[in-house]
Amino acid sequence: MRRLLYLLPIALLAALGIAFTVGLGRDPQKLPSVLLGKPAPSFALPSIDGSAGGFASTELKGKVSLINVWASWCPPCRVEHPILMDIAKSGIPIYGINYKDKPEDATRFLANLGNPYVGIGADRDGKVAIDFGVYGYPETFITDRDGIIRYKHVGPINKLDWERTLAPIVQELMRK
Amino acid sequence: MIAEFGHFALTLALAVAVVQSTLPLIGAARGDAGLMALAPAGAMAQFGLVALAFGALMHAYIVSDFSLAAVAQNSHTAKPMLYKIAGTWGNHEGSMLLWALILALYGAAVAAFGGNLRDTLKARVIAVQGAIGFGILAFILFTSNPFARLESAPFDGQSLNPLLQDPGLAFHPPLLYLGYVGLSTTFSFAVAALIEGKVDAAWARWVRPWTLAAWGFLTAGITLGSWWAYYELGWGGWWFWDPVENASFMPWLAATALLHSAIVAEKRDALKAWTVFLAIVAFALSLLGTFLVRSGVLTSVHAFASDPTRGVYILLFLVVTVGAAFVLFAWRGPTLAGTGRFDPVSREGALLINNFGLTVAAASILLGTLYPLFLDVLGAGKVSVGAPYFQRVFIPMMVPMLLIMAVAPMLSWRSANAGRAVASLKWAGVIAFAVGFGVWLSIDRASALASFGMALAAWVFAATVYELATRSRTWRGLLRQPRVSWGMTLAHAGIAIAVAGMTASSAWKVEDIRVMKPGETTEISGYQITFTNVVDLRGPNYTAMRGTFEVRSGGAAVTTLQPEKRIYDVGRMPTTEAAIRPTVLGDLYAVIGDPDGQGGYVVRLYFNPLVAWMWTGALIMVLGAGLSLSDRRARATRPLDASAQAAA
Repeated sequence: MRRLLYLLPIALLAALGIAFTVGLGRDPQKLPSVLLGKPAPSFALPSIDGSAGGFASTELKGKVSLINVWASWCPPCRVEHPILMDIAKSGIPIYGINYKDKPEDATRFLANLGNPYVGIGADRDGKVAIDFGVYGYPETFITDRDGIIRYKHVGPINKLDWERTLAPIVQELMRK
Repeated sequence: MIAEFGHFALTLALAVAVVQSTLPLIGAARGDAGLMALAPAGAMAQFGLVALAFGALMHAYIVSDFSLAAVAQNSHTAKPMLYKIAGTWGNHEGSMLLWALILALYGAAVAAFGGNLRDTLKARVIAVQGAIGFGILAFILFTSNPFARLESAPFDGQSLNPLLQDPGLAFHPPLLYLGYVGLSTTFSFAVAALIEGKVDAAWARWVRPWTLAAWGFLTAGITLGSWWAYYELGWGGWWFWDPVENASFMPWLAATALLHSAIVAEKRDALKAWTVFLAIVAFALSLLGTFLVRSGVLTSVHAFASDPTRGVYILLFLVVTVGAAFVLFAWRGPTLAGTGRFDPVSREGALLINNFGLTVAAASILLGTLYPLFLDVLGAGKVSVGAPYFQRVFIPMMVPMLLIMAVAPMLSWRSANAGRAVASLKWAGVIAFAVGFGVWLSIDRASALASFGMALAAWVFAATVYELATRSRTWRGLLRQPRVSWGMTLAHAGIAIAVAGMTASSAWKVEDIRVMKPGETTEISGYQITFTNVVDLRGPNYTAMRGTFEVRSGGAAVTTLQPEKRIYDVGRMPTTEAAIRPTVLGDLYAVIGDPDGQGGYVVRLYFNPLVAWMWTGALIMVLGAGLSLSDRRARATRPLDASAQAAA
């Protein structure tokens, strides 16, 4: 019995090693989304302060938009934020889904760093994020004029991601 | 030419590592003094060669030799000299070479200062150190060669990320590595002891100073990183539970546990197998940190140079190194039963609780950090674990730890009277209650938890001072306290001060964000702040917009704050340079943002109470480690001599 206890570390290391080996083959940024090509799930979220009319799926119709899932407690969201501000300045509407955040923290985050969103829904219990199949934060979706999800980006958008991948998709969808 | 010379030195170092890691082991097994003597010689040679290679690489950065791929990608002629030099380790290839250099440095240090070690143990420790060196050098040479040349040299380099061009961050990696890699020495000691099958008081005594040195550097490195995040990232926070921050925090927790369990192993001949296990785990967590940063298995703000081949190599290295140690542990561990018996209530018992708490804390952080990866591998979808998890799990675990930490030094070895120890601390209890209740009444009735945090800090501090007082009795006795015991007192007092700083700066931060026009005045935490003007400046490799704020308190001028927003020439990346006025009671912190187009600027002002206490507390902990190390008794290698007994 005592012997077995001393073997435990090897077992744990082996488990860790296997998990890492499998994990190495996967890119944490690349994820399939079952929702690609399907309409965004329907929802109507309150705004951060709890009042009605934060962000509803009906608003997505008629224009190409970005949906960004973020939280004030998520450091990569802060890193991504300046890029979102730039995108917003270029006139592309960005909707925010504020994931499991405290209202005062979320408000402070936006007051601090600026608000790039045309509308924000507060997803306090994370249910809408589950409907969207959100895995990591931040995560950004592109929807077309019919409100259909066309692209999904996991993790912070950096300048290169935007210029090389996301911006061309947005332009393509706008042209249609 | 110099770069080729460096490359050659590195290759030679690899060959030396092969000799260093094999022949002394054979010598130790056969009792051949000649072969064993190869160990210190090899360690010295390896250090010399790696230092030459590192010097050659640094030279390439100083003269901006852009024919080297690593230099072209990470340096620039217009960069100030400090950052050209710091650029040597500000990227994947160079930082791995720094890793190898520090590893070789520790190997050479064992060779130089380990004169009193048993010959066989010394040979084996250095051989294991050589084996680790072999793995790292092979990794550098085959997957991340810093001396790789480009076909044609570009006219100028791509520069270092402007966020990293900061004096605090220039020294953060070397300090952190001195800590991380320092744990390789305790690992080598553990493996050597397992090979010998002998863990005695002498072994534990030898391990302690090396653990202490690594722990001190790790504390300093983590603090510097957190301080950098505080003033450079410009959002007033200092810890984000990012995977890479966690990667440095886990070895720190393990090293702290090791520091305490080695005392029990030395003084009481108990917890021996556990101490050996911790020594292995502490270094395993260091390697894990390296793996997480370099492989890209987790998304993190810090993750750099993600490359699957490198990831595979480091993983292989981790599994082989730690796996071999664990196999040895499974084989020899059961024979390491100690002779020391103790009651649950005793100094040993308290240190055991300390170890339990620190280990569980490290494990829960490991779980939180790796959980997203595990779920992904099991096909259960991807998630991200954020600060809410870590705060909810980590903070409650630290409460009993701090409560017991104050009492433990008052307990006697083997069997203690807990009632008497607690009773002797009644004044510390009264002080803690007064502080907690006073804070609750006068500052904040909304947050009982924060008041409790302040009370805990006061409890640990008062008890630590009381313990020192009872130990020294008179003023003269205080001066006669050995430096080793001052080390413990300072480290514990440092923790108390840092806890007060963490609690206050998290709970009572005052924040004001507004658009201000030059000439306007606002008020925060009793300071009147007048926005005087904004000027454009030209720095060595950036342009900046600098705001000037006159700070007055009750009519008297206090200081002038000049925050900047910089745009670096290369990459056009903006950074914020916060202006901070630190005081004992709190930091006044100002950041200037973008103009609003109507003559106003977005201005962020913070008052961060007691935040300086955090850095001061950490500094006192490092000072404690240094003081302890400077004591001849801590380094004395003849175990259990009379003076050491008295110090205990």
